[in-house]
Amino acid sequence: MVASASDMVDSLGRGVNSLGRWIDARFPLGKLIREHATEYYASKNFNFWYGFGVLATVVLVLQIVTGIALTMNYKPSAAEAFASVEYIMRDVEWGWLIRYLHSTGASAFFIVVYLHIFRGLMYGSYKKPRELVWICGMFIYVCLMAEAFFGYLLPWGNMSYWGAQVIVSLFGAVPVVGEALAEWIRGDFYISDITLNRFFAFHVIAVPLMLVFLVVVHIMALHEVGSGNPDGIEIKDYKDDSGKPVDGVAFHPYHTSKDLVIITVFLIVFAFVVFFVPDMGGLFLEHANFEPANVLQTPEHIAPVWYFTPFYAILRAVPYKLLGVILMGLAVLLPFFLPWLDRCPVKSIRYRGWIFKLALAGFAVSFLVLGYLGLQPVSDTYTLLCRLFAIPYFGFFLLMPLYTSWEKPRQVPERVR
Amino acid sequence: MTDKTDLSRRHFLVAATVTTGGAGIVAAAVPFVASFRPSARAQALGAPVEVDIGKMEPGALVKVEWRGRVIMIVRRTEFMLGKLAELEEQLADPASSASLQPGYAVNPHRSIRPEFLVVEGVCTHLGCAPMPRFDVAPADLGPDWAGGFFCACHGSKFDLAGRVYRGVPAPTNLSVPPHRYVAENVLLIGSDMGAS
Repeated sequence: MVASASDMVDSLGRGVNSLGRWIDARFPLGKLIREHATEYYASKNFNFWYGFGVLATVVLVLQIVTGIALTMNYKPSAAEAFASVEYIMRDVEWGWLIRYLHSTGASAFFIVVYLHIFRGLMYGSYKKPRELVWICGMFIYVCLMAEAFFGYLLPWGNMSYWGAQVIVSLFGAVPVVGEALAEWIRGDFYISDITLNRFFAFHVIAVPLMLVFLVVVHIMALHEVGSGNPDGIEIKDYKDDSGKPVDGVAFHPYHTSKDLVIITVFLIVFAFVVFFVPDMGGLFLEHANFEPANVLQTPEHIAPVWYFTPFYAILRAVPYKLLGVILMGLAVLLPFFLPWLDRCPVKSIRYRGWIFKLALAGFAVSFLVLGYLGLQPVSDTYTLLCRLFAIPYFGFFLLMPLYTSWEKPRQVPERVR
Repeated sequence: MTDKTDLSRRHFLVAATVTTGGAGIVAAAVPFVASFRPSARAQALGAPVEVDIGKMEPGALVKVEWRGRVIMIVRRTEFMLGKLAELEEQLADPASSASLQPGYAVNPHRSIRPEFLVVEGVCTHLGCAPMPRFDVAPADLGPDWAGGFFCACHGSKFDLAGRVYRGVPAPTNLSVPPHRYVAENVLLIGSDMGAS
């Protein structure tokens, strides 16, 4: 007897099936796949704005994989750190690629996350019942900022050094305990080998663990309440006899195949940056960081990497140190309260009044302008502009309870078109 | 004995368990929190530094490192010292009442000997290194500039006694580290035998 090809495929299929049943009797693998993929229904009218969550996950995986590869050759000590990064760039096989993937990945992470957050603002993703999805997402963002900050010290370039010096001394602005707190964070009287060593520990284990945990919680909370959509309609309100939302399609294979296209486009752009402009003209890798850290010499003009500059611009625009630190903290903290600041019952910008559209546009423009100003050297004109553009930024949040109550939204359709 | 749950007893036991467990967690956290503080080696490396100032010309600046901070020593000229009094109106804290310095540096020239200024080269705003700009009325700092220190990071200005100008981000004057003269021309930075 010669087994035909189709028989072999059949028996292979039976084998996989029985393995699946064996696992399912011991671990809810099939249940997990059904709940989060094949029977997770998301609205059929997603547009490209709904791809950035998946992209953020892709970048997270990329950062973890490239990060692990980098730790194998990096040395977290003041004497060796800078040289070990050069060693990775020059002597380790493909080291330059792994490092550029990681450094470009950091900027890509923020680009993707900022667009993901903007999607949330436009389509009211923070509104009931998705408040915890939003808050959890904001915690992810704060963790990401911490991760980026700790990671930026590791190459031990001069901008790494002085950037860390500036940020750690922000804690010194806290009344009474400030100096002791800054000393506790540094573990020394200045940013030293000790500080580098502990920032390494934070960057490679403490914060990533927290990040991965928060991402899992973010996705679990999302899948519990269901994804929103560009129309801001709850698809769960219209279900067929079997209990599936009629306007939803299964995450797998429908949304996953669409996501593959988005991921492909992203990777094309990402690869272009990695191979042709990894420093992005000093935006992604600052020029002053190609010099080793020098305790006695500040770079002529200290600017954080671009993703922190909107907040940095706010900090610089305030002539009182403590107030500047408070306002900068507030700029990060205020979005947490969005679900309760927004009084309008309508979720999507498609059906909201002009006043919200104006406020959101003002916020987006002020964020971009502040980001630009934070990169520039100090001058009186720029300081004045920073103060001017901080108004729409803070106004968007602080005046929200007022203007969203006045707002006259349009009628939201019952069904997704 | 009844079958009913004694709720007050249960509440007491819950509260007692939470309190004891909480105290245990706090106690267990102490070593971890304390391990973040500067270690014995870091403290030993922060020991005082000796500087010979005998060879400094009038108007010269010497930088030394103490605890990873730049300490700037300036031998001020008569002209520089004369300018100090004229600037008081433009300063945020001319009497150094809100700034960090030992008692022996609370005076108009902010030093033990009027001639020698000893300040930390660390901007009191966010810790950048202010640049010595002893030139009078340069193009970039304007005709009113009487010489001093300028922090290029965020535009803070200090005079030749390290006193901060009004309307800049730095809140206080440049800090004066503890120091003393161990000989006529030898400064010891980081120790003042408790005089501060």
